[in-house]
Amino acid sequence: MGNMKIKAKEKNGVVGVKVLIKHDMLTYDQAKKKGVDANFITHITAKVGDKIVYDASTSQFLSKNPMLKFKFKGAKKGDELTISWVDLSGKSVTESKKIK
Amino acid sequence: MNRRNFMGFGVLAMATLPAVLSAFESIDFRKTKPDVWKAKTVDDAIKALYGDIKPEEKGVKVKAPKVASNGGAVPVTVKSDIPAKTVAFFQNMDPESAVVVWNVPEDAVIDYFMKIKLKATDENGGNGELTAIVEGKDGKFYIGKTKLQVAKGGCEG
Repeated sequence: MGNMKIKAKEKNGVVGVKVLIKHDMLTYDQAKKKGVDANFITHITAKVGDKIVYDASTSQFLSKNPMLKFKFKGAKKGDELTISWVDLSGKSVTESKKIK
Repeated sequence: MNRRNFMGFGVLAMATLPAVLSAFESIDFRKTKPDVWKAKTVDDAIKALYGDIKPEEKGVKVKAPKVASNGGAVPVTVKSDIPAKTVAFFQNMDPESAVVVWNVPEDAVIDYFMKIKLKATDENGGNGELTAIVEGKDGKFYIGKTKLQVAKGGCEG
Protein backbone atom coordinates (compact mmCIF):
# COMPACT_ATOMS: atom_id res chain seq x y z
CA MET A 1 0.00 0.00 0.00
CA GLY A 2 0.98 3.55 -0.42
CA ASN A 3 3.52 5.14 -2.66
CA MET A 4 6.26 5.65 -0.12
CA LYS A 5 7.98 3.50 2.41
CA ILE A 6 8.96 5.78 5.27
CA LYS A 7 11.04 4.95 8.32
CA ALA A 8 11.68 7.63 10.92
CA LYS A 9 13.56 6.96 14.13
CA GLU A 10 14.61 9.35 16.87
CA LYS A 11 17.89 8.74 18.67
CA ASN A 12 19.67 11.20 20.98
CA GLY A 13 17.58 14.09 19.70
CA VAL A 14 18.30 13.39 16.04
CA VAL A 15 15.64 11.90 13.81
CA GLY A 16 16.94 9.68 11.03
CA VAL A 17 14.62 9.23 8.07
CA LYS A 18 14.71 6.71 5.26
CA VAL A 19 12.28 7.07 2.37
CA LEU A 20 11.62 4.87 -0.63
CA ILE A 21 9.42 6.40 -3.31
CA LYS A 22 7.78 4.51 -6.13
CA HIS A 23 8.45 6.55 -9.27
CA ASP A 24 9.87 5.78 -12.73
CA MET A 25 12.01 8.95 -12.73
CA LEU A 26 11.95 8.94 -16.52
CA THR A 27 14.72 11.20 -17.87
CA TYR A 28 14.46 13.21 -21.08
CA ASP A 29 16.71 10.67 -22.85
CA GLN A 30 14.79 7.65 -21.63
CA ALA A 31 11.45 9.26 -22.48
CA LYS A 32 12.63 10.11 -26.00
CA LYS A 33 13.54 6.48 -26.67
CA LYS A 34 10.16 5.32 -25.42
CA GLY A 35 8.31 8.08 -27.27
CA VAL A 36 6.68 9.39 -24.10
CA ASP A 37 7.04 12.54 -22.01
CA ALA A 38 9.77 12.75 -19.45
CA ASN A 39 8.49 12.66 -15.91
CA PHE A 40 10.46 12.78 -12.70
CA ILE A 41 10.12 14.07 -9.17
CA THR A 42 11.00 17.75 -9.03
CA HIS A 43 10.52 18.56 -5.36
CA ILE A 44 10.45 16.69 -2.06
CA THR A 45 9.47 18.28 1.24
CA ALA A 46 9.22 16.80 4.71
CA LYS A 47 7.45 18.44 7.62
CA VAL A 48 6.76 17.84 11.29
CA GLY A 49 3.61 19.80 12.04
CA ASP A 50 4.00 23.08 10.17
CA LYS A 51 7.77 23.00 10.34
CA ILE A 52 9.77 22.04 7.28
CA VAL A 53 12.62 19.66 8.09
CA TYR A 54 13.75 18.71 4.56
CA ASP A 55 13.34 20.65 1.33
CA ALA A 56 14.90 19.38 -1.88
CA SER A 57 14.56 20.50 -5.50
CA THR A 58 15.46 17.46 -7.58
CA SER A 59 16.49 16.59 -11.13
CA GLN A 60 15.86 13.66 -13.45
CA PHE A 61 18.98 11.94 -12.14
CA LEU A 62 17.62 10.48 -8.94
CA SER A 63 17.42 6.72 -9.47
CA LYS A 64 14.24 4.93 -10.47
CA ASN A 65 12.21 4.36 -7.30
CA PRO A 66 14.56 6.74 -5.49
CA MET A 67 15.79 6.17 -1.98
CA LEU A 68 16.62 9.11 0.28
CA LYS A 69 17.95 9.43 3.78
CA PHE A 70 18.20 12.56 5.87
CA LYS A 71 18.44 13.70 9.47
CA PHE A 72 17.03 16.55 11.51
CA LYS A 73 16.65 17.75 15.09
CA GLY A 74 13.78 19.25 17.05
CA ALA A 75 11.23 16.42 16.93
CA LYS A 76 10.41 13.57 19.30
CA LYS A 77 9.07 10.04 19.23
CA GLY A 78 5.37 10.01 18.39
CA ASP A 79 5.52 13.19 16.27
CA GLU A 80 4.15 12.76 12.80
CA LEU A 81 6.50 13.20 9.86
CA THR A 82 4.79 14.12 6.60
CA ILE A 83 6.58 13.73 3.28
CA SER A 84 5.31 15.18 0.00
CA TRP A 85 6.65 15.02 -3.52
CA VAL A 86 5.57 16.57 -6.77
CA ASP A 87 6.64 15.52 -10.27
CA LEU A 88 6.97 17.20 -13.65
CA SER A 89 3.44 16.19 -14.68
CA GLY A 90 2.09 18.02 -11.61
CA LYS A 91 1.13 14.89 -9.71
CA SER A 92 1.76 15.06 -6.00
CA VAL A 93 1.67 12.52 -3.21
CA THR A 94 1.71 13.12 0.54
CA GLU A 95 2.15 10.42 3.15
CA SER A 96 2.81 10.44 6.88
CA LYS A 97 4.54 8.26 9.42
CA LYS A 98 4.94 8.51 13.18
CA ILE A 99 8.49 8.96 14.42
CA LYS A 100 9.59 5.93 16.44
CA MET B 1 -14.10 47.63 -0.86
CA ASN B 2 -14.71 50.75 1.21
CA ARG B 3 -11.92 52.79 2.65
CA ARG B 4 -12.28 51.64 6.23
CA ASN B 5 -12.05 47.98 5.32
CA PHE B 6 -9.08 48.67 3.12
CA MET B 7 -7.19 50.26 6.04
CA GLY B 8 -8.10 47.33 8.24
CA PHE B 9 -6.68 44.92 5.73
CA GLY B 10 -3.47 46.93 5.59
CA VAL B 11 -2.98 46.74 9.35
CA LEU B 12 -3.67 43.02 9.32
CA ALA B 13 -1.16 42.46 6.52
CA MET B 14 1.49 44.44 8.40
CA ALA B 15 0.87 42.43 11.55
CA THR B 16 1.15 39.04 9.88
CA LEU B 17 4.04 39.81 7.57
CA PRO B 18 6.92 39.53 10.09
CA ALA B 19 5.68 36.14 11.25
CA VAL B 20 5.62 34.90 7.67
CA LEU B 21 9.08 36.22 6.95
CA SER B 22 10.67 34.59 9.97
CA ALA B 23 9.25 31.14 9.22
CA PHE B 24 11.29 28.81 7.05
CA GLU B 25 9.71 28.52 3.64
CA SER B 26 10.07 25.90 0.96
CA ILE B 27 11.99 27.08 -2.09
CA ASP B 28 11.51 25.48 -5.49
CA PHE B 29 14.91 26.05 -7.09
CA ARG B 30 13.60 24.68 -10.37
CA LYS B 31 11.35 27.73 -10.56
CA THR B 32 13.61 30.33 -8.95
CA LYS B 33 16.77 29.20 -10.80
CA PRO B 34 15.62 27.43 -13.99
CA ASP B 35 19.02 27.70 -15.72
CA VAL B 36 20.73 25.55 -13.09
CA TRP B 37 18.90 22.48 -14.35
CA LYS B 38 19.78 23.09 -18.01
CA ALA B 39 23.50 23.64 -17.42
CA LYS B 40 25.71 21.05 -19.14
CA THR B 41 28.77 21.50 -16.96
CA VAL B 42 29.22 21.63 -13.20
CA ASP B 43 30.85 25.08 -13.44
CA ASP B 44 27.93 26.49 -15.44
CA ALA B 45 25.41 24.99 -13.03
CA ILE B 46 27.21 26.47 -10.02
CA LYS B 47 27.35 29.84 -11.77
CA ALA B 48 23.63 29.70 -12.59
CA LEU B 49 22.81 28.95 -8.97
CA TYR B 50 25.25 31.06 -6.97
CA GLY B 51 26.92 33.41 -9.44
CA ASP B 52 30.67 33.87 -9.69
CA ILE B 53 31.80 32.27 -6.46
CA LYS B 54 35.18 31.12 -5.19
CA PRO B 55 34.33 28.30 -2.82
CA GLU B 56 36.79 27.18 -0.17
CA GLU B 57 37.70 23.50 -0.38
CA LYS B 58 36.86 22.44 3.16
CA GLY B 59 34.14 21.10 5.43
CA VAL B 60 32.09 19.37 2.72
CA LYS B 61 32.23 15.62 2.22
CA VAL B 62 30.88 13.64 -0.71
CA LYS B 63 30.81 9.89 -0.22
CA ALA B 64 30.36 7.41 -3.07
CA PRO B 65 31.72 4.02 -4.08
CA LYS B 66 35.06 4.28 -5.94
CA VAL B 67 33.64 2.01 -8.62
CA ALA B 68 29.90 1.83 -9.13
CA SER B 69 28.96 -1.37 -10.98
CA ASN B 70 25.40 -0.23 -11.67
CA GLY B 71 24.93 3.37 -12.80
CA GLY B 72 21.19 3.04 -12.38
CA ALA B 73 21.36 3.47 -8.62
CA VAL B 74 24.62 4.83 -7.26
CA PRO B 75 24.50 5.49 -3.51
CA VAL B 76 25.92 8.91 -2.60
CA THR B 77 26.04 10.97 0.57
CA VAL B 78 26.65 14.69 1.08
CA LYS B 79 27.78 15.67 4.58
CA SER B 80 28.80 18.88 6.26
CA ASP B 81 28.84 20.44 9.74
CA ILE B 82 28.88 23.98 8.34
CA PRO B 83 25.75 25.97 9.29
CA ALA B 84 24.22 26.22 5.85
CA LYS B 85 21.55 28.12 3.98
CA THR B 86 21.61 25.86 0.95
CA VAL B 87 23.46 22.80 -0.34
CA ALA B 88 23.79 21.87 -3.99
CA PHE B 89 24.92 18.60 -5.55
CA PHE B 90 26.29 18.09 -9.06
CA GLN B 91 27.94 15.44 -11.25
CA ASN B 92 29.81 15.53 -14.57
CA MET B 93 28.57 12.30 -16.19
CA ASP B 94 24.95 12.94 -17.17
CA PRO B 95 23.77 15.30 -19.95
CA GLU B 96 22.94 18.00 -17.38
CA SER B 97 24.89 18.53 -14.18
CA ALA B 98 22.49 19.39 -11.37
CA VAL B 99 21.13 16.60 -9.20
CA VAL B 100 19.65 18.18 -6.08
CA VAL B 101 19.54 21.62 -4.47
CA TRP B 102 18.53 21.62 -0.83
CA ASN B 103 17.09 24.53 1.06
CA VAL B 104 18.40 23.87 4.57
CA PRO B 105 16.01 24.32 7.52
CA GLU B 106 17.21 25.45 10.96
CA ASP B 107 17.13 21.98 12.54
CA ALA B 108 18.60 20.07 9.63
CA VAL B 109 21.65 17.88 9.94
CA ILE B 110 23.48 17.95 6.64
CA ASP B 111 23.76 14.24 6.03
CA TYR B 112 21.91 13.68 2.81
CA PHE B 113 21.89 10.23 1.22
CA MET B 114 20.31 9.40 -2.13
CA LYS B 115 20.59 6.97 -5.00
CA ILE B 116 21.27 8.56 -8.36
CA LYS B 117 21.60 7.65 -12.03
CA LEU B 118 24.97 8.15 -13.68
CA LYS B 119 26.24 7.45 -17.17
CA ALA B 120 29.23 5.17 -17.58
CA THR B 121 32.47 7.08 -17.05
CA ASP B 122 34.12 5.69 -20.19
CA GLU B 123 32.00 8.27 -22.03
CA ASN B 124 33.92 11.11 -20.43
CA GLY B 125 37.40 9.60 -20.26
CA GLY B 126 37.02 8.00 -16.86
CA ASN B 127 36.84 11.29 -15.03
CA GLY B 128 33.65 10.87 -13.07
CA GLU B 129 33.37 13.48 -10.36
CA LEU B 130 30.71 14.42 -7.84
CA THR B 131 30.67 17.97 -6.47
CA ALA B 132 28.80 19.46 -3.52
CA ILE B 133 28.63 23.14 -2.61
CA VAL B 134 27.54 24.47 0.76
CA GLU B 135 26.28 28.04 0.97
CA GLY B 136 27.12 28.91 4.56
CA LYS B 137 25.09 31.18 6.79
CA ASP B 138 28.32 33.19 7.02
CA GLY B 139 27.82 34.13 3.36
CA LYS B 140 30.82 32.06 2.24
CA PHE B 141 30.83 29.06 -0.05
CA TYR B 142 32.43 25.68 0.57
CA ILE B 143 33.10 22.83 -1.84
CA GLY B 144 33.70 19.10 -1.58
CA LYS B 145 34.42 16.64 -4.38
CA THR B 146 34.94 12.97 -4.91
CA LYS B 147 35.93 10.91 -7.92
CA LEU B 148 34.34 7.69 -9.04
CA GLN B 149 34.08 5.25 -11.92
CA VAL B 150 30.79 4.01 -13.25
CA ALA B 151 31.04 0.65 -15.04
CA LYS B 152 27.58 0.42 -16.52
CA GLY B 153 25.59 3.52 -17.30
CA GLY B 154 22.20 4.08 -15.75
CA CYS B 155 20.59 6.55 -18.10
CA GLU B 156 20.17 4.28 -21.11
CA GLY B 157 17.22 2.43 -19.54
